[in-house]
Amino acid sequence: MPESRTVSSPQPAAAREAARPMVELRAVRKSFGSTEVLSGIDLEVAESEVMCLIGPSGSGKSTLLRCINHIERLTSGRIYVDGQMIGYDERGGRFHELRERDIARQRRDIGMVFQGFNLFPHMTVEQNIIEGPVGVRGATPAAAREEARALLERVGLADKIHAYPNQLSGGQKQRVAIARALAMHPKVMLFDEPTSALDPELVGEVLEVMRDLAASGMTMIVVTHEIAFAREVADRVVFMADGDIVEQGTPRDVLVTPSHPRTRAFLRGVLVEANGQDRGSSGPAVPTHVDGIHEGAIS
Amino acid sequence: MTDTRSRPAVSAHVPAPSSAPEADARDMKVVSVRHYGRWAVAAVIVVALAAFVETLFTNPNYRWDVVGRFFFSPRILDGLLHTLELTVIAMVIGIVLGLVVAIMRQSPNPVLSGAAGLYIWFFRGTPVFVQLLFWGYIAALYPTVSLGIPFTGIDLASADTRTLMTPWLAAVLGLSLNEGAYMAEIVRGGLNAVDQGQREAGQALGMSKARIMRRVVLPQAMRVILPPTGNNVISMLKTTSVVSVLAFPELLYSAQLIYAVNYLTIPLLIVASIWYLIVTTVLTAGQYQLERHFGQGHAHAPEEPMWRRLTRMQRRTPARSTAPIPASEKEDTRA
Repeated sequence: MPESRTVSSPQPAAAREAARPMVELRAVRKSFGSTEVLSGIDLEVAESEVMCLIGPSGSGKSTLLRCINHIERLTSGRIYVDGQMIGYDERGGRFHELRERDIARQRRDIGMVFQGFNLFPHMTVEQNIIEGPVGVRGATPAAAREEARALLERVGLADKIHAYPNQLSGGQKQRVAIARALAMHPKVMLFDEPTSALDPELVGEVLEVMRDLAASGMTMIVVTHEIAFAREVADRVVFMADGDIVEQGTPRDVLVTPSHPRTRAFLRGVLVEANGQDRGSSGPAVPTHVDGIHEGAIS
Repeated sequence: MTDTRSRPAVSAHVPAPSSAPEADARDMKVVSVRHYGRWAVAAVIVVALAAFVETLFTNPNYRWDVVGRFFFSPRILDGLLHTLELTVIAMVIGIVLGLVVAIMRQSPNPVLSGAAGLYIWFFRGTPVFVQLLFWGYIAALYPTVSLGIPFTGIDLASADTRTLMTPWLAAVLGLSLNEGAYMAEIVRGGLNAVDQGQREAGQALGMSKARIMRRVVLPQAMRVILPPTGNNVISMLKTTSVVSVLAFPELLYSAQLIYAVNYLTIPLLIVASIWYLIVTTVLTAGQYQLERHFGQGHAHAPEEPMWRRLTRMQRRTPARSTAPIPASEKEDTRA
């Protein structure tokens, strides 16, 4: 892979070298016009950490995620992924915005899964998966196809390799989307409400794949309303409201014994809804942990 | 609600004031609605058409012998070739121009998007006939064309416009610049029809802007762009006849040149018309195939070949489900 030009910024502080986080946000602000969506977020995600972002809609979770791969431009602040500043280059005490080509290069290492899947409808599942490796990473089609097969095996869709996205269910589409992101060998995976657009009975199969991925050591940032998933899989849960981090900590701290009244209010609302849904429809593939939350049965 | 076996019991409970005997209702034949109005109109059309077709054979002014004689005449075939050539060249330039202008139109740079807007405004706002005349008479406006650096007086090369601007070049310029403006609007509509999430997915994979456009957006926009483009190709084929005003020997002008000598105006116009019809028919078939190709992965892409669609008779079989059956009988028809 030709890396003709390095875009990494020189490490300013030795402190960062010590236990360098995979993703690091420093005073990240984002405004749309006069509306401030993110008001100075500081956050670090360690390698192999699974972090779940929860919070009411409009709290800025998705925007935060989209800032990390520079689909949204920051208003101010800095974001580093694996030590590289995203979207800007620090030269001579100034930030220079990177050219589109260099930003694209940075995005190769950041996988993203969208709420609406965003599979390419005019390509087969296989073509969707090899598009990035072949077209961006410069892999040979044969090698990429082989890997696509393996990835589909991993998400349990080996038989759908030649299907078009519109022939798949929502859950299958999302699993293909995960495989497509993984084909780029990202250093970190961003999930933007990956199960919110799914029928309740299809949520489990997607969470199952994400659970496996977490177990494999992938660094993951997951914006989700699946409290049960967060509780079971996350290393850390961050609760956001009004563009700010209200509370963060282990799933137990945030989800079971939340200290902030806003967190409590949010969880109460979500759990009522989740209980209603889960009882009726979750399939056998989904171990339901919602019931355990009040008892705090986390080891 | 109803069950055949429980019928006597049910009907005993239901107060049916004026219902026909139900046992008979099951054996009754269904008569579809009779569309007397439609039949009458169809009859009128058939008669009128027959009368017209009869004149084709009996009216000596058609001079079918002349039509047959000139149909494959070298001058007509040359003209047809010129028409096809002009159509293809003007369309290709028009499509490329339309694509470039449509992308410029979306540029954040106001000069680029403004220039694109101006271009579309001018070339859509004046008749193509007038534009062709302008290109034909351009020598009167700019007698010489020179290549150099503007505002400095430095000329690298210069030429007489009159020798440069052949009828062929004027025709190509006029038709393609006009077409480019229309294509730009068609392409813009197609690009806008592609969901923003598709671009974001491409970005997230680290694809370059150009690659996203080429691999993700355009193939999907094609579905929206193709049908109107097909119409424009057919329209272009016929618009080339306007070029006869520049004395460029395309199909119509070739016919005109012949009837200017032998005064067999009508037969030669018929020759030209039949050729136009033949080519548009072929183009329509090609358009259908292209739409089929680019519809991949979409539910309402035509699946069957066109010949089958055209030959399929739209017969309405007297389906049971659509027949007017009294509500209480519906369950029974399943048995």
